[in-house]
Amino acid sequence: MIHARGLTKTFGPTEAVRGIDLDVSAGEIVGFLGPNGAGKTTTLRMLTTLLRPTSGTATVAGADLFADPAGVRRRIGYVAQGGAFAPFSPVGEELVLQARLYGMGRAQARERVTTLLAELDLPGVEERTSVSLSGGQKRRLDIAMGLLHRPELLFLDEPTTGLDPQSRANLWDHVRRLREQEGLTVFLTTHYLEEADALCDRILIIDHGRLVAQRTPDELKSEHGARTLDEVFLAVTGRELREGAAA
Amino acid sequence: MTALAVLTGHYLRVSFGNKFSLVFSALQPFLYLVLFGPLFDRSGVGSWAVLVPGLLVQLGLTSAGMAGFTIVFDQRFGVLERLRVTPVSRVTLLLGRVLRDSVVLLVQATAIIVAAYALGLRAPVAGVLAALLLTTVLSVGMASLSYTAALTMRQELFAPVMSTVVVPLMLLSGALLPMSLAPAWLDVVSRLTPFRYAVEGLRALFAGSYASSALLWGVVVSLAFAVLGVTLGTRRFQRENA
Repeated sequence: MIHARGLTKTFGPTEAVRGIDLDVSAGEIVGFLGPNGAGKTTTLRMLTTLLRPTSGTATVAGADLFADPAGVRRRIGYVAQGGAFAPFSPVGEELVLQARLYGMGRAQARERVTTLLAELDLPGVEERTSVSLSGGQKRRLDIAMGLLHRPELLFLDEPTTGLDPQSRANLWDHVRRLREQEGLTVFLTTHYLEEADALCDRILIIDHGRLVAQRTPDELKSEHGARTLDEVFLAVTGRELREGAAA
Repeated sequence: MTALAVLTGHYLRVSFGNKFSLVFSALQPFLYLVLFGPLFDRSGVGSWAVLVPGLLVQLGLTSAGMAGFTIVFDQRFGVLERLRVTPVSRVTLLLGRVLRDSVVLLVQATAIIVAAYALGLRAPVAGVLAALLLTTVLSVGMASLSYTAALTMRQELFAPVMSTVVVPLMLLSGALLPMSLAPAWLDVVSRLTPFRYAVEGLRALFAGSYASSALLWGVVVSLAFAVLGVTLGTRRFQRENA
């Protein structure tokens, strides 16, 4: 689903990402971890066509990242960390607009929005504004925005940051269900190692712009003789994941 | 093309749903019309047909010129980024907004002209319709540049900077008093701004002098301004992080 080789990004003299090779198979849930400033966001923005890599090659969801960014955009969904809704517009209008930008007709877009909101336990919120929703509801709404066009691959940037444990577990259930029912591939970044452990099939750790680990959670733990991913993370990067991070 | 229609339609619904900002962004030229127009008309400098074209350019500056303000919010709340991961091209994302701004401006300009007729404006209908078209061309350039500025400068600076920049541009255009009254240095500075030519072109249309060089220059400069604005805007929209 994602095949990247030697992906780099430099900003002036700064090498944010220094040659990343990564592979994600269809139907996988992959967690992408790294300390702040490690190149996590830069990599995510490159894979979602929001940032043009300095060098390297990549195919994302079957389309070439360099030659066919529009093809990539058609096949992926992207849920940004800060959400995607203007605070005071009815959320239904924004969802319908987004669906139509993916080429759906008005009636088809409305129907898709209604179905998707019901699937994500948000039935009938179309007339509400996003400020009137709870944190967990808002996050599911953001995910709905990313799924409108039935992408094969969904990028989630810190999907549960700031949520209470119950809403977080609820969101994990939704992600698992999407993978089981729709065969969705999920690539997510997180600051919560327990989230990576509970939800992800495989974990990629980036540090100083390079991938330093690419294994299943259990492999990582046994390899480093660690009981938790926190210990693995500390062993691999020499840092705590949430050190200085906005939790 | 479909995406452009969808985007423009969406933005228009939002804009026309917000009556307050629709009226507010046209309020300045409207106040000049009502509170300054009667004075101007009796000053001996010129009639309503000289003032109203100036007010259309003022409207372009205050209405389309401040259009970038809306994108500041879209950028802050992730709306812009969400649009950027759809297959819709960057030019379309810009033009959807710009077309909305032009339609809004057209409605506002029509309201001002109708009010001006009620106050005593006499101008040929054909010339006035052509003037609306020219004002629209100008607004395309103005709105595009406004978005470019909004995406280029720090968010909190946009409103104060733009509302300040608009003042000298309007004064130098001769919108309020014809530049024929100006001392030589002011006349020269005025000729360096595109709006001077737009104002004079519009005045030619209101006067019914369709074969004048003032009109030709007004059209040429306004078109060039629109092309420049859209080119810079497109380039900014294609840049990363916009």
